[in-house]
Amino acid sequence: MTQEPLVYEISAPGRCGVEMPEPDVPLAKLPEGMLRDDLPLPELAQVDVVRHYLRLSQLNYSVDQGFYPLGSCTMKYNPKVNEQAARLPGFVLTHPHQDLETVQGNLVLMWALQEFLKEISGFAAVSLQPAAGAHGELAGILIIRAYHHSRGDVRRTKILIPDSAHGTNPASTTMAGYTTVAVKSDARGNVDLDALKAACDDTVAGIMITNPNTLGLFDEHIEQANNLVHDCGGLVYGDGANLNALLGVVRPGDLGFDVMHFNLHKTFSTPHGGGGPGSGPVGVTEELARFLPGPIAAIDEEADEDELLVKLVMPENSIGRVKSFYGNFGILVRAYTYIRVHGPQGLRRVAEHAVLNANYLQARLKATYPIPHADRVCMHEFVAQGIIEGSDARALDIAKRLIDYDFHPPTNYFPLIVPEALMIEPTETESKQTLDRFVEAMEKIAQEAKESPQLLHDAPHIAPTRRLDEVKAAKQLVLCATFPQD
Amino acid sequence: MTYIPHTDAERAEMLAAIGVQKMEDLFRDVPERVRFPSLNLPAAISEMEVMWELQNISDANAHVGEFPCFLGAGAYHHYVPTTVDYVLSRGEFYTAYTPYQPEISQGTLQALFEYQSMMCALTGMEVSNASHYDGATSAAEGVMMAAAVSRGARRKVVISPAVHPQYRQVIRTYTQGMQLDIVGDETLRAQAEIPDLVRLLDDKTAALVIQNPNFFGQMEDVAGLADQVHAVGALLVVVADPISLAMFTPPGAYGADIVCGEGQPLGIPLSYGGPYLGYFTSRKALVRQMAGRIVGETVDVDDRRGYVLTLSTREQHIRREKATSNICSNQGLMALAAAVYMSTMGKCGLRTVAELCYHKSHYAAERIDALRGYVVDQSKPFFKEFVVKCPTRVKRVNRHLLKKWGIIGGYDLGQDYAHLKNHMLLAVTEMNRKDEIDALVEALKELSPKPKKAAKKTAPKKVKAASKRRAR
Amino acid sequence: MKTDLNARYAKTHEWVRMEAARGEAVVGITDHAQSQLSDLVYVELPPVGKSLKQGETFGVVESVKAASDLYMPMDGTITAVNTALPDEPGLINQDAFAAWILKFKPSNPAQFDALMDAAAYEAFAASEEH
Repeated sequence: MTQEPLVYEISAPGRCGVEMPEPDVPLAKLPEGMLRDDLPLPELAQVDVVRHYLRLSQLNYSVDQGFYPLGSCTMKYNPKVNEQAARLPGFVLTHPHQDLETVQGNLVLMWALQEFLKEISGFAAVSLQPAAGAHGELAGILIIRAYHHSRGDVRRTKILIPDSAHGTNPASTTMAGYTTVAVKSDARGNVDLDALKAACDDTVAGIMITNPNTLGLFDEHIEQANNLVHDCGGLVYGDGANLNALLGVVRPGDLGFDVMHFNLHKTFSTPHGGGGPGSGPVGVTEELARFLPGPIAAIDEEADEDELLVKLVMPENSIGRVKSFYGNFGILVRAYTYIRVHGPQGLRRVAEHAVLNANYLQARLKATYPIPHADRVCMHEFVAQGIIEGSDARALDIAKRLIDYDFHPPTNYFPLIVPEALMIEPTETESKQTLDRFVEAMEKIAQEAKESPQLLHDAPHIAPTRRLDEVKAAKQLVLCATFPQD
Repeated sequence: MTYIPHTDAERAEMLAAIGVQKMEDLFRDVPERVRFPSLNLPAAISEMEVMWELQNISDANAHVGEFPCFLGAGAYHHYVPTTVDYVLSRGEFYTAYTPYQPEISQGTLQALFEYQSMMCALTGMEVSNASHYDGATSAAEGVMMAAAVSRGARRKVVISPAVHPQYRQVIRTYTQGMQLDIVGDETLRAQAEIPDLVRLLDDKTAALVIQNPNFFGQMEDVAGLADQVHAVGALLVVVADPISLAMFTPPGAYGADIVCGEGQPLGIPLSYGGPYLGYFTSRKALVRQMAGRIVGETVDVDDRRGYVLTLSTREQHIRREKATSNICSNQGLMALAAAVYMSTMGKCGLRTVAELCYHKSHYAAERIDALRGYVVDQSKPFFKEFVVKCPTRVKRVNRHLLKKWGIIGGYDLGQDYAHLKNHMLLAVTEMNRKDEIDALVEALKELSPKPKKAAKKTAPKKVKAASKRRAR
Repeated sequence: MKTDLNARYAKTHEWVRMEAARGEAVVGITDHAQSQLSDLVYVELPPVGKSLKQGETFGVVESVKAASDLYMPMDGTITAVNTALPDEPGLINQDAFAAWILKFKPSNPAQFDALMDAAAYEAFAASEEH
């Protein structure tokens, strides 16, 4: 496959992709000495722009093309009705500074989504402002901090984090000014209660727990774990990345969580976009509601009876804005749409089938790949190991070889506590046929690993590019087309 | 409706393969007391019905497609060429994952590399990342990066009060756990100018943050500023509207170390405030302290050019608690939108857009300034926004504009700046036709006070030099 | 596992050798460490003249997979840094015990004897494996 040139390489002086109208007003005098001489942007005809990006798109794998068994990412089908909904002019063409009277539609949608998320998660209040999961996490930890400070308690400097946690957890903790203390997992993959008990004291501000955890396991002692932290005066933050297993099954608020972030681009089907935009709303208990980032949508109690007037209000002791305006509104529309077409029963079916699919794969793969916790029922994902007896092929090689079978590789090398980890999350929108094909491919690859391991080491063979030199990319930084090499 | 493909027969087969009797058995680990709650949500509706519902909801809004709009203040109604939505609607782009497997993500990676390159061209800087959530968070990351560059030795950050109020709020939210001392925007009097901010610089300062054009739409006098900032060993962070960069000297040329801001004007619709695009660029020497995803060029085993995410070791998934920031996602699809926008508009088109904004805003300003009771702040050159002192409260002006003329008026500056009550920030872009501007002027004229004997004109507080008034 | 019998080792995988004649100590990272990191792409060096205590970070080594802080094995003042490394970080992968990172003047030479010897380090590194 020939490589696609860069826009700069297709460019030719004088070309323009779109013409703007002539000025219909008298020309003002341009300020002297302030103007730039030259603007090194490309110049392409419109057909070339279209062809260039179309050809680039064809180099991508995507959910619309095939299966992504990517643990912790929930790569479910992105419904097209969401896209249509988000593109309604009445949503797309509203300016965030418009008078609230003129955007009641938007505010009603935001308020309703807040209510839906509250109900789904068992929390008392929700802010839709954070733009992504990590963003919601930061907000959540800052809420915990604000809570303790409001009680005059400034001794608490630590956040406990299980050793299986996603990297954003300790990173968010550091940003909020806390230090991280790791808590180990027990042999069954739960948070080790003894280790947790030993770590809990009055210098602990809280704990960040992902449940189900990154091993795909529902913590068998989650309520006890949360109680231990509460007993020493700390709060419990829930990383909601794995909510897909819990919709209609259990509400984190009912399990003792105090604050949680949602990933609308995982659980609620908003598209991943090649790396964003996401949306990471935060839910909290009644006690923490006043600390939420804002503004948030709220019903105006003083409105006339026949008028529903929704306002934007800043919670009383808010940690502040975490973003300009109100959140990734276009993403909120998609999530609203998703929840409306599913309803309460539909959401529960989502969780049930996500967990069914994951357990099915676990059952069918455990004969071929080591799965450390295969003795337990998993939730929506599980972690296998890319280790094949009698072969030196490893997780990376297996992952790359899957590409030749037209599958996106699973998440590799995460969580850190499982060596050669392959984290597999099928989601509920994959059919049994697809899962069976995946199992077949994984079994074939295990065979190849023993008989012709070079096939794996050199994989992928039939992708738009072969394996890329990441060392060279980091050593000789070429980050820009218009500037010379390092 | 759901999108679940399973048939009853398949479910039964799968449960058997797993070794459980029924679905509920898969949830044994969930405490029984709280298992399977009944959710009080409205019953499911079909896709057809949800579109009716959403049409209804969106009809309750007034939007800028129907009403001429003169709002700016951080989000702008610019023209989005037809190529942008065409590309963004490709499932290969919008349903793709983060490009961690580069062999099957070259579309996303190359588009991001092109985006990075074009942002460097626009800002005059050497490196760009693949974006942050929006202009405000981008500015916050800039402040954190400046502090990180000093390795914690410098904890003071000087911020101009003319930086967008929401950006300053977000900077404070982000840094509340970092023991940074943020000064300038609240400690100085609200009309503080750049020389006042320079006086606050010392060897404890990590950065000086300005916005140019500033929140009021005006071009700041930056002559010699970078030298003054560098003389104390601090970094100059400039927040800049990207359309303005098509016309004005880019911050890279006047010594900025970090240039960041809101990329929404580059082909991203208003969408009630999000998703937007935080662009972020810096000098190459600082790249290892730069947060966020970065795409780099390399080759594959067949020596073909390709692109990968690089410098990942700065990021949360590897560095964890030592990461430069916790940011995980970027605004991938929005960066793609900006790349398509800049490729379509090109050198010539983007310059034309900037000039149209300039000429139209200046036409509007001139006509409004000529109205009795209205005074436009012309103390500095401006780009596509300007401040006008109104004869009455901005709320009243806007109500009149909307109810009587069907025009969405400007931003009420009094809500952020106590000394700017009755002052409105008006934005005019290439999307505002002359007849709309003329209607705005007529509408405002209706609120002009009646002429009185010896009427005194009070100038808006920011006017420094005597401004010329056109005789009517 | 490759070790240098003349060196002593810190738990953070730095080795240190004394050049008694010059009253200077030399520091690098162990072969075990470089193989865990794989191809190094970047080394961040401290300024010459800086004084640091045992356990304080003096720099970073980076590969595509990981970034590791470097810790002073003893108290001292830095007298030299290996300027070949920024351009060729791979030298450490080639020969971790020859590719020194910095030299320093120890302010408390007795600390050397308290560090692990080659055998103790080998045992320690093996026990750290999963």
